[in-house]
Amino acid sequence: MANIFAFAESRGGELKKIAFEAVTAARSLADKTGGSVHALLVGAPGIAAKSSELAKFGADTVIVVEHAAFEKYNPEALAAVAAERIKSGDYKVVIFPSSALGSDLAPRVAAKIGVGLVTDVTGIDVDGDAVVVKHPMNIGKVIGTVKLTAKPAIVGIRANNFTAVENAKSGAVETAQPVGDPSASRVVVKELKLGNTTKLDLGEAPVIISGGRGVKEPENFKMLEDLADAFGNAAVGATRVVTDAGWRPHSDQIGQTGRLVSPDLYIAVGISGAIQHLAGMRTSKTIVAINKDKEAPIFKVADYGIVGDLFEIVPELAKAVKEVKARG
Amino acid sequence: MKIAVCIKRVPDMEARFQIAATGTSVDETGLKFDINDFDAWGVEAALQIKDKDPSTEVVAISLGADSVQEVIRKALSMGADRGVHLKTDGIPFDGFAIAQALAAEIKDGGYDLVFFGKKSPDSNNGVVGVVVAEMLDMPVVTAISKLDIAGNVGTAKREIEGGQEIVEFPLPAVLTVDEGLNTARYPSLKGIMAAKKKPLEVKPATVGEQSVNITSLELPPERAAGRIIGEGAGAVSELINLLQTEAKVL
Ligand SMILES: Cc1cc2nc3c(=O)[nH]c(=O)nc-3n(C[C@H](O)[C@H](O)[C@H](O)COP(=O)(O)OP(=O)(O)OC[C@H]3O[C@@H](n4cnc5c(N)ncnc54)[C@H](O)[C@@H]3O)c2cc1C
Ligand SMILES: Nc1ncnc2c1ncn2[C@@H]1O[C@H](COP(=O)(O)O)[C@@H](O)[C@H]1O
Repeated sequence: MANIFAFAESRGGELKKIAFEAVTAARSLADKTGGSVHALLVGAPGIAAKSSELAKFGADTVIVVEHAAFEKYNPEALAAVAAERIKSGDYKVVIFPSSALGSDLAPRVAAKIGVGLVTDVTGIDVDGDAVVVKHPMNIGKVIGTVKLTAKPAIVGIRANNFTAVENAKSGAVETAQPVGDPSASRVVVKELKLGNTTKLDLGEAPVIISGGRGVKEPENFKMLEDLADAFGNAAVGATRVVTDAGWRPHSDQIGQTGRLVSPDLYIAVGISGAIQHLAGMRTSKTIVAINKDKEAPIFKVADYGIVGDLFEIVPELAKAVKEVKARG
Repeated sequence: MKIAVCIKRVPDMEARFQIAATGTSVDETGLKFDINDFDAWGVEAALQIKDKDPSTEVVAISLGADSVQEVIRKALSMGADRGVHLKTDGIPFDGFAIAQALAAEIKDGGYDLVFFGKKSPDSNNGVVGVVVAEMLDMPVVTAISKLDIAGNVGTAKREIEGGQEIVEFPLPAVLTVDEGLNTARYPSLKGIMAAKKKPLEVKPATVGEQSVNITSLELPPERAAGRIIGEGAGAVSELINLLQTEAKVL
């Protein structure tokens, strides 16, 4: 029996989309190994109510840990409880999200268990005793196949690569206790500053509208927000030029030193397509570019390019998308 | 204060990479190498503390073959006080194995702060700093884009999806650096000259057994060549049509 462990990321009492992707990835592995999927759900009191959502995507067991000190991210206490559960569970594969939280958490847990790990994977398979993953390297210009030989094999999954699929299982709830006192962590998140919380997260949004220097002024990003609203399932990203200028927060930066995204649709507006920007978005399924310079490198990777003034094209596109959505 | 900065020598990502004949590494012929950007920002963060308190000692540590001495010299020419070269045959892929060797070096160094980069772009792991911290039982804050130190307490800003976390931690601590924390200074001519005389200690290091190994590398399939579908706002209706019927994303 080879069970699979999935960490179910939540924030503010809500599961993140990548929690379902992690459980889905775990489910397909468990179906191969004949084992079960155990999801770990940690949060402030009340989080247990979310366990049925994890069951819907294939969790056989949901291990729930509730404590007021888990309201905000509590890295040390979370790593302690995750490591303890994993050690006591004899897992073949342990799946974390490669989100901001997961990138911080997974190496803590791996170190506590004493094994190596591979983060930002885009595929996972079992090969006898070993686990084999696909891992983009060199800003996505090289794809590595990496074999993990220690048990458990700890991996971090890239967002939007493992499509969440419903596959209902019992999701039996098993309540567990924190390890030690979670209020006594040395590293404490004092404050959580969220931008516009109603907007979708860049890592989760199926559509991303991204703006570059061509947008010219921070106020003009309103135009991109309007286009995002027209889609209804879109988030707004930016290039480094834009985040360096302070027009948008750094957390919106896409590229080599920013976020890696792979939405279904990426619309690059007034973006030249520098290699460091492409590094963060070239795996998007469909890329649209709007740029007044027909020689801009972004057109080399854009499935659909429109040459012209973004200030004319973007409002027109927002109008057209709104009409399509209205027709249903 | 005593600060260590772990720096990695990495290839310039603008290159067109080829797979080496072994199939498990990148062909290094013609590649330019430099200090990882995130690590340069780590050096800068340490030097900014030293600027305020000149009694601060900044130590740059790099693990790898002799070639990593180039990046140590660069850190020294920026203003670090001394370098440590942990000499191995090469840089392994497994971040856990790298972390073991670095942790052994840092352990008894009496450091108040240890800086790492958020990740290295070549291996794309983002694990070494955190694993070192765990091995040494030090508090660690990752991906910081702002830092204040007041006495024995630090406050850092961490970029997360759609926002930031303000994190407090006690010193000694490990920090991994994200973009936005600072802009790395260029070595001055004077700094370059001074660096030649700064101590660079070479220590043989052993990299333990690796539990994650590259079995093959491949170049990703090229994206189909781009296509310009039209000019100006008049092309919007064609775009909508293609998004609906061809790409099926609308
Ligand atoms: C180590 C390193 C790391 C980096 N990391 C990142 C990263 O993570 N992310 C990132 O994005 N960049 C990164 N960069 C920066 C990158 O090299 C580019 O400088 C940046 O991506 C360019 O941003 P841009 O496309 O907004 O600006 P520009 O290159 O200036 O392009 C602006 C574009 O807007 C077009 N335009 C102007 N006006 C209009 C108009 N009215 N209508 C239509 N089009 C118009 C122009 O034709 C032009 O193509 C990094 C650089 C380095 C060296
Ligand atoms: N060979 C190395 N020598 C020194 N520091 C390293 C080395 N490899 C990784 N690091 C440090 O660990 C950080 C994260 O690396 P990684 O986990 O490989 O993405 C880097 O930014 C460096 O600060």
